[in-house]
Amino acid sequence: MCIAMPGKIVELDGMKAKVDFKGTVVNVNVGLIDAKVGDYALVHAGCAIEIMAKDKAEELIELFESLEM
Amino acid sequence: MMEISQVINYLKEYNGPEIKLMEVCGTHTASIFKSGIRSLISPEIKLISGPGCPVCVTPTSYIDKCIDYAMMENHVLVTFGDMIKVPGQSASLSGVKGEGAKVEIMYSPFEVIEKATTNPNITYVIAAVGFETTAPVYALVIEEAIEKGIKNIKLLTSLKTVIPALEWICENEEEIDGFICPGHVSVIIGSEAYAELAKKYKKPFSVAGFEPEHILAAIYDLVRQIEEAGSENKHEKENTVNRFGTEDKTKTVHNLYKNAVKTEGNQKAIGILNKYFDEGPAMWRGLGIIGGSGLYLKTKYEEFDGGSAGLDLDKELPEGCCCGQVIVGRLNPNDCSLFGKACNPTNPYGPCMVSSEGACGIWYRNI
Repeated sequence: MCIAMPGKIVELDGMKAKVDFKGTVVNVNVGLIDAKVGDYALVHAGCAIEIMAKDKAEELIELFESLEM
Repeated sequence: MMEISQVINYLKEYNGPEIKLMEVCGTHTASIFKSGIRSLISPEIKLISGPGCPVCVTPTSYIDKCIDYAMMENHVLVTFGDMIKVPGQSASLSGVKGEGAKVEIMYSPFEVIEKATTNPNITYVIAAVGFETTAPVYALVIEEAIEKGIKNIKLLTSLKTVIPALEWICENEEEIDGFICPGHVSVIIGSEAYAELAKKYKKPFSVAGFEPEHILAAIYDLVRQIEEAGSENKHEKENTVNRFGTEDKTKTVHNLYKNAVKTEGNQKAIGILNKYFDEGPAMWRGLGIIGGSGLYLKTKYEEFDGGSAGLDLDKELPEGCCCGQVIVGRLNPNDCSLFGKACNPTNPYGPCMVSSEGACGIWYRNI
């Protein structure tokens, strides 16, 4: 139910966007985020729920840096 | 900085007192299996599935109301796929399709806007099931319907919020030492939402993403918090030295999914939830009625509500079905005598086997 996938915003028109999920482009509502073309949005049930701040590799590096030894 | 191999090694070598961690979200349950995490960590660290499956905790009276709408003239019931096999009092949505019920599957609730526009004489009733991740999406559908003057959409809501359920678990399931918080619910509600529970019950909460690295980091983080600060045992309230031989200290919330989860959550989403919904009591199969744990359209928007309040009646689970105990983590799915034998995805007894987020279904597909 709470599955969400990151995809790249390739087109924007008000509250609607086209999001590219590795080649598959889908219509997505962006009413819950401040979207820009080029952003990576986390999409759930046809709705973007957040902008992903960093790419995955960078995020995981920072995550492990923060873990206590 | 820790390397992933060090984290895995630490967790594998752990041989202290047993630690029970609840992973609340069905998607975490699936990720844990997919990455084989249980085989990487010490058997003393137990990962327990929680009630994070909105379909599994939906009572039969809700399904029955969905069926009523599907059978009604000039009405169509629109639902996510995993609802259609869940049994109501006597039938499921897929069961009644053969009797002329009108049921359509959606991949996104926004599809209903076009359906309703194209067929103005049909009332489309959305089986609006979910947690805080999905609730704002339904609210946006209603917002768009209002903007476009669409009157033939209704929500039949079975929307639940996780914090009251987590509080119920903390109050009633003392054995749980820490929580892996649902990643995408947390995107909406923020990591700070768990702080009061962490403080009140002295248990750690770690917000995790869905990659194996995220989950391992969260398990490591929880184990370290529990080891260093201890875990309060209600029966030893007077004793401040816990089973680790350390003094109890306040546990806290750690956000380990900062790429998507902010401390304050998604304020736009929270705003839209507050605009369209009021809190109310909700029936959680396996747990009972939990006050303030449901979301219902405000009276102002009642023309868009399909009669969602008071759908509390729940048919008793079939004899031998342990879904109620699985949902709160008292039993693992394979502890149920029906698991994999009489009860399987083709012939499910209870909702935990039916839903894609249900622990029993996930275990069956992975073990």
